Formats: sequence, structure tokens, C-alpha cells
Amino acid sequence: MQTEELLPAQRADLLRRLVAGELPDARGRFGPFGGRYAPETLMPALQRLEEGLQRFLKDADFQAELGRELRDWVGRPTALSPAPTLSRRWGATVYLKREDLAHTGAHKINNALGQALLAKRLGARRIIAETGAGQHGVATAAACARVGMPCIVYMGAVDVQRQAPNVERMVQLGAEVVPVKSGDRTLRAAIDEAFRDWVSDPNGSYYLLGSAVGPHPYPLLVRELQSVIGREARAQFIERTGGLPDAVFACVGGGSNAIGLFHPLVGDASVELIGVEAGGRSAKLGENAATLATGRPGVLHGTYSMLLQDKEGLVQETHSISAGLDYPGVGPEHALLRAIGRVTYVSATDDEALDALRECCSAEGILPAIETAHAFAGARKWAATHPGKTLLIGLSGRGDKDMPTLSQVFGGAKKILAEAGE
Amino acid sequence: MNPPQPIRARDKITAAIRKTTAAGGTALVPYITAGYPEKDRFIATLKAIAGAADVVEVGVPFSDPMADGVTIQRASHTAIAAGVNLRWILRELTAAGPFAAPIVLMSYLNPLLNLGYRELAAASVPAGVCGFIVPDLPIEESADIAAALDAQGLALIQLVTPATPAERLQRLCAASQGFVYAVTVTGITGGAKELPAEVTGYLDRVRALATLPVCAGFGVRRAEQVRNLAPHTDGVVVGSALVEQLESGGDPVVFLKALRA
Ligand SMILES: Cc1ncc(COP(=O)(O)O)c(C=O)c1O
Repeated sequence: MQTEELLPAQRADLLRRLVAGELPDARGRFGPFGGRYAPETLMPALQRLEEGLQRFLKDADFQAELGRELRDWVGRPTALSPAPTLSRRWGATVYLKREDLAHTGAHKINNALGQALLAKRLGARRIIAETGAGQHGVATAAACARVGMPCIVYMGAVDVQRQAPNVERMVQLGAEVVPVKSGDRTLRAAIDEAFRDWVSDPNGSYYLLGSAVGPHPYPLLVRELQSVIGREARAQFIERTGGLPDAVFACVGGGSNAIGLFHPLVGDASVELIGVEAGGRSAKLGENAATLATGRPGVLHGTYSMLLQDKEGLVQETHSISAGLDYPGVGPEHALLRAIGRVTYVSATDDEALDALRECCSAEGILPAIETAHAFAGARKWAATHPGKTLLIGLSGRGDKDMPTLSQVFGGAKKILAEAGE
Repeated sequence: MNPPQPIRARDKITAAIRKTTAAGGTALVPYITAGYPEKDRFIATLKAIAGAADVVEVGVPFSDPMADGVTIQRASHTAIAAGVNLRWILRELTAAGPFAAPIVLMSYLNPLLNLGYRELAAASVPAGVCGFIVPDLPIEESADIAAALDAQGLALIQLVTPATPAERLQRLCAASQGFVYAVTVTGITGGAKELPAEVTGYLDRVRALATLPVCAGFGVRRAEQVRNLAPHTDGVVVGSALVEQLESGGDPVVFLKALRA
């Protein structure tokens, strides 16, 4: 499993195979990455899921139902918005792919809805999910309500606090939310706990994983369901401008919104693809979640990918101000895209993301999620050294959920609240 | 005349279990998390337990033990915080051996991958480690590590579960080395308070397919359970219940002896 030294010919071949739709291969591999490192108890369930995916993702009936629900309930296609003020300030032409306008406020709904419909066809009685920022939890709760299935959402205790508005939304949508107090009490611990639940009921329960991570076939399934972002954006961009963007930006936690936006553009050689990870407080191990930039290959949560780990192979605690990016692993397709040099991965610090969030609010009247703000920070930095280019930013979600963090950092409403209380 | 083959490490595991079953007994395979509850007492605890066991399973603590319940999670995190890791365990074992029973390491894959499979296999032999149980490594992904372990005669022990389909069960039983680890419950370690009623039929099925001894584990905690399982298994693995004993300051040897009563 030596991965660092891919030869130029191997890189070119892997890119060709990726564009041709041959990856992941039958073993769930994206070149050296991916695979299925799961407890034996889950192997039959993963096999059934893979068969279900192969059957239904090609099934006209299923696709028609999914397409209808994406249009009528999610509100797709989402808009492609020009960002005139940012364009002027940055000396670029900036467009935004507005996943914040999708139902429940983030790209997560594309995946949650698709998998909920799949789970129903596979005869599941109950849905398990994990959530970091709470967006996947809310999306899953909503999708489960829509298809009529009970769901349980595991959420790290730290994230319950910093994304409190989403906890209430999940509860209102009928989900059972379980705070996870083990491990690092964030997304990683929530995924551990979701797997434990699934191991206890692999036949009756369906694990609705929220990012492009996990054992095969999840990275494939999530990519297929999120690629609607990139397909729409590509068509909208051509329609609007007659061409393709010079550079495309997305934030990368587990990597689902990024893979959804990038995958349909990987074959467009002229388009630079840039993933922005969480740079946290600093570049020191433990103070960020910049997995692709600073990690080493390893196995976590069922997949062989890049991983933040210490010298003994123990998974590293991470830090990011954004719950959705605060994860030490990343999807295996991103590990491949990095290894073959097709996507560049950079990072933005907590402060850079907060700055970018404010700028987006004042310039465009859009409050992005703190996760999403990382993509803006990366784009702004790139634009400064590449004047006059056309940029597309994946606006993965809205920032309403981030109120507890934003009040704490900026305290904009404090004075007003105090005044009103007098 | 062929010169006598040196006994492979993995055969020691099988032989230790068979010695007990041949005498009409049920082999006892206790599990401890290395360096828990006290790092300094690891070797003393292990020696005591090895004296009362047929094979000992030593857990390498991992940050994300996704197949384990709260007891082993707690033990793992405490041990990690005390500085226990794979290299430390191998060093301690090498310095303190030999032990009265063959040792099997139970580890999630990433620490093994991180050390490097070849270095792992080479370091295992002087440490008295005879085999490995890797709960997040299905057979489909095991070729690399299996080759490295095989070169040193070490076992890669396969787990089978009540959810394993018949054909796969056959394949896993044939591929396992040392013994076949039959997980008794559909779930995580330490979860169930009672074993499912179907467990005896399931164990009989596994045993009919396995040429190696079969050891039943996950949720075994009382002498009465061991007695009920005895006609259907060659050995039992006792994990969370023993870790709880250690946690509460109980004498592990008294506990293990009582299980056999
Ligand atoms: C708005 C938003 N963007 C991005 C992410 C990061 O996830 P991923 O990398 O899977 O897109 C999240 C995760 O919760 C999110 O809520």
C-alpha cells in the first residue's frame, strides 16, 4: 500500500480511469485508496448495500422518484449566483453555487434524501446517522420524516453545544438525538458510535453516512448523490458564460460537497480544482483538520485514505472552529485526486474563515456556514495571485446554525439584547 | 529422513487450546487491554493471567475502537493517556517473556499498518506474540498483512459472526489460523448481558466447518454461561467482564478460576 510515489504514467492512467467512470473499482478502490475495512458483522450489510446501489442508481423508477423529490421538495436546481461585489473587490469574476438554498440549508440533503429513498427500497426499518455541524443530521431527520422512517442521530457533545440550533431542528423533525460523550466528542466520535449502533443491528437498520468517507460503497454512493451539484453548476456556468470557470473552490471536511462539485469537472483539464481544508489555529498537529495537506495514509472508519495520526498510528485529535470540518480523515477519492495532482488542497485558518464569512455577508448579503467560509477564504487568497480569472465557489450551506459560535466570537447582538432588556 | 520442522508460533495457539480440550476441558482465552488499569502493572497482570489461561489476548489500545463497548473504550482511552502503544507493548513483552500461555494481540488495523507489517511480524516473534486478531480487517483486505505474518509463522485469526452467510463462514473457517473466533452476538464487545438462545446452534455450525478449534467470545461473563457453551465450543474468550474486574480492583485469577468451576 505504498502511495506516495505514484509514477507520472500511473497518475495519468488513474485520472483517465476516474474520468471514464472506472473508479472505484470492484474492490472499492480509488487507485491505492478506499476499500472496505469493516467489522465482520457488517460485511453482509455492506454487500447488500453495494448490490442495492448498483441496482437502484441505474433504475429508471428510482431515478425518476429521486429527481422528482429533488425538484419538488429539495428545490433543485439550486441557483448559480454572480457575486458582483466580491468580484470587484477581488479583481475576479466570482460565481456561487448556492447549496445554501437547498431545503434544510446545505448540500447534505442531496445525499440524505437519496440514501433515505434507497434505504426504504432495501427494506430498512430504522435509520442511523452521525452529524458534525448538524446539517447532515437535520437533512437526515427531514428526509426520514418525508419517507416515513424513524431515525437516530449521533452527535458529539462538543458539537451539540456549538450547533445548538440544529439540535432543536432535528428534534422538531422527529429525530432522536444522542449526544456522544466518548472519544473526542466531535464528528469522529459520533461516527464511531453510529457504527457501534449499526454493528448491533446490521439487518434492520440502515446507516445513512453523511460524507464521502467510510467503507465501500459509501464513498461511491455519496459521490453519486452529490454529483448533482457539479453537473448543475457545469451546465449553468456554460449557459451563463459560454465557458467553464478557471478555478473551482470547495471546503473539505469528509469531502462530500467538494467531491459533488469536483467530480463532474475532473475531466475538464482547463479547470483548476482547489479544496480548502480547516487550518484551525495553526499548522501544528492537533491544532487543525488539514488532513490532505499534513496527514499520512491510514485506515479510519472503514477506508484507507489520508489521516491525521500520531507516530504510533493513533488518530489525532483535531481542531477547527467549524464542526463540519473538524475531522481527522477524508474521503478516499480526495486522497487519490491529491496523489495524482488533479486537485490542489490548501487550508484556511479559523480567523481567515471568520473574516471571509463577514465579507460574504456584507458584500453579497449571504450568510454562509463557517465550513463554507473556508472555501471563500481559499478563493480570495487564490484570486490575489491570479488576477482577472473566473472563479466558482461551492456555497455548501448557510450559516444560521452557527449563531452560538458567531455570537461568542463577534457578539454583534449582545449590546442590542442588553439594551432591549433594560 | 526430514529434519524436524521448528514449531510455528501459530501452532502454539492451537496446541495450547487442544491440550485443554483433549483433557475434556474448555479453553479459557482472557482479554486484557495492555497497560490497563495501571501501565506499571502490565507485565505482572499479564503473568498472573497467563498462569490461569490457555491463550491470552492482549488488546492494543486504539483511539477509535468502533467494535467495542463502553468498558473496552474506557480501558483503551485510559491506557493511551498513560502512554501505552504498540511499540511499547512489544518492547515490554520482549523484555519480560516468556509467558505461561501463548499471546495473541488484538489490534485495530491502523497501528499495525503504521508500524509496517514486516517490522510488526519480526518484532512479534521475540515478544512471544503468536498471532493477531484485527476486528476491522475483513479477509478481502488482509492479503498484505497475512503474507507478512505468514513469513514468521504467525496467525491471522479470522472472526466469524452470527450474521456471516454460510458460504462466507466456510471461507473464513478455512482461512483462519490458530483458532476460529466465533463472535457470539450481533453487536459490540461487552454489550449483551445474556447470550442469544440461538448461540449453541450457530457454534455447532461453525465447529462443523472448522478444522481448527473454535473459541466463542463477546458477552461471555459467567461460569454458568461457560458451562452452557462448553459442549458447543473449544474455548471461550472473556473480555469486558475481566476488564471490569481489573477496573474494580478484583483479583483476575480468582475471577478466571471461578469461570472454570
Ligand atoms: C455547510 C457544510 N459544508 C461543508 C461541510 C463539510 O462536509 P463535507 O466535506 O462532507 O462536504 C458540512 C458538514 O457538516 C456542512 O454543514
